[in-house]
Amino acid sequence: MTALPPPSAKKLGLVIDLDTCVGCQACVTACKGWNDQGYGAPLSDQNPYGSDPSGTFLNRVHSYEVTPPDGTAQIINFPRSCLHCEDAPCVTVCPTGASYKRAEDGIVLVNEDACIGCGLCAWACPYGAREMDADAGVMKKCTLCVDRIENQNLPEVDRQPACVRTCPTGARHFGDLGDPDSAVSQLVASRGGYDLMPEMGTRPTNKYLPPRKKDPRLDAAPLAPLLDLQATGFAGWLDRLLERF
Amino acid sequence: MHPAPSVILFTVLSGLGFGFLFMLDLGVIRPTGLGALPAFAVGYGFAVAGLVASTFHLGKPQRALLAFSQWRTSWLSREGLASVAALLANAPVALGAMGGKAPGLTGLIAAALCTATVLCTAMIYAQLKTVPRWNHWTIPLGFLSFAATGGLILTGIGWPASLMCLILGAVMLLTFSQTDRRFATHGSSLGRATGLDRVGTPRIFAPAHTASNYVMREMIHGVGRKHAQKLRLVAVGCAVLLPAALLVVLPPGLLSAVPALALHLIGALTQRWLFFAEAEHVVSHYYGPA
Repeated sequence: MTALPPPSAKKLGLVIDLDTCVGCQACVTACKGWNDQGYGAPLSDQNPYGSDPSGTFLNRVHSYEVTPPDGTAQIINFPRSCLHCEDAPCVTVCPTGASYKRAEDGIVLVNEDACIGCGLCAWACPYGAREMDADAGVMKKCTLCVDRIENQNLPEVDRQPACVRTCPTGARHFGDLGDPDSAVSQLVASRGGYDLMPEMGTRPTNKYLPPRKKDPRLDAAPLAPLLDLQATGFAGWLDRLLERF
Repeated sequence: MHPAPSVILFTVLSGLGFGFLFMLDLGVIRPTGLGALPAFAVGYGFAVAGLVASTFHLGKPQRALLAFSQWRTSWLSREGLASVAALLANAPVALGAMGGKAPGLTGLIAAALCTATVLCTAMIYAQLKTVPRWNHWTIPLGFLSFAATGGLILTGIGWPASLMCLILGAVMLLTFSQTDRRFATHGSSLGRATGLDRVGTPRIFAPAHTASNYVMREMIHGVGRKHAQKLRLVAVGCAVLLPAALLVVLPPGLLSAVPALALHLIGALTQRWLFFAEAEHVVSHYYGPA
């Protein structure tokens, strides 16, 4: 049933550090690479080498410029994917029961064999986390790499979502956000992790860590004293002479 | 939102069909004997044509039967069940009418199910918090008014249908005035969508991807907004004013009902196209104005 299960004690999700993300898009590529094999229909591309390429991705990295009131402008790279919401509107709108939230760990998944591809779940999601696959005709979304995190055939170090495993700056963290003592929960508590669009009432599991506060803007340029050249000797005499005319 | 032709036809035609069946169920007109057959056939025809059109936008239409299962949470599922129930409930009314019987209690039940179907159709859209323009009580009111107006025009009874056209016009104007500012005022923004309002005022620096994607094609559709005001005039003129005038000027019956309905449908399709094209989804904050 697409009724939401009672909140689970275990809440698997991601914590994304906007301070550390450099916008390299490695998570986008790793996600695409892992999810075009194995779990469900492969993420397809349409006209990938043509003039109008398009394709299904479960993770997109935006770049925004933010100017603090008391500082200089900064670029913030912003990865966007499914937040595995506690009150997931994409689950309850599904007419077939294909969209569901796992009772044991809160991962939001799509049973692709029951999906009719109506697209209503994508409309209900505030975060644009779901994309309909144009080849398969079914809805695709982040699975938190259920086929990695529980995969006993992988070395333990690889039992993480592909995006987390690949991130070169350690900006993505995976863990149990339902456990207040977990590393991810501690990170959220210490860094002031927050929800996206809380006014939508979705209660996301994934949290974002805000960029750390930067040093205040330097009013004087640090190299200015070096530029304040005083001419001496013959050049000085010439300088004073030319000032007179 | 992307104004898909299949969904526009679905909502307009099924609304009209169930609206007309509603009028027959309440005995607004009482065709009897063989005369009842074409009347109910027209109602069924529009309703079923709309429902069939709705399957054209599915990625996997062969699994459409699964959509009847999740009525406890899903308005789309409820709409499916209500439509089938309404179509079934109209059969005894139609058979009764052919035998010369008044609709009576079976008619009332069928009429209630027709109303429920149109209401469920509207709630598929009105339930979405992510589209503030739709997330408003005037949306179900508008869907019900369109169904009632189309149905009443088809009965060919003249001035009451003309009056219903004017009521529909008032509902349309009320909807425009109540929902036009919803997206701007409901409180989401790029700052809220990214949480970066706690740092400063964000603006878009570089797009996440250079090509288009499903989210942009489906939910960030800006084409309709350019001519929105002119199209609204077309919608109100064709759906409301022209049929209202025709239904008073021409004598009641098919002679006035057919041209009035044709004009009303043009207006209804224009309005429904705008309903989708004008609707802004909160995900558009991430991508910037369309």
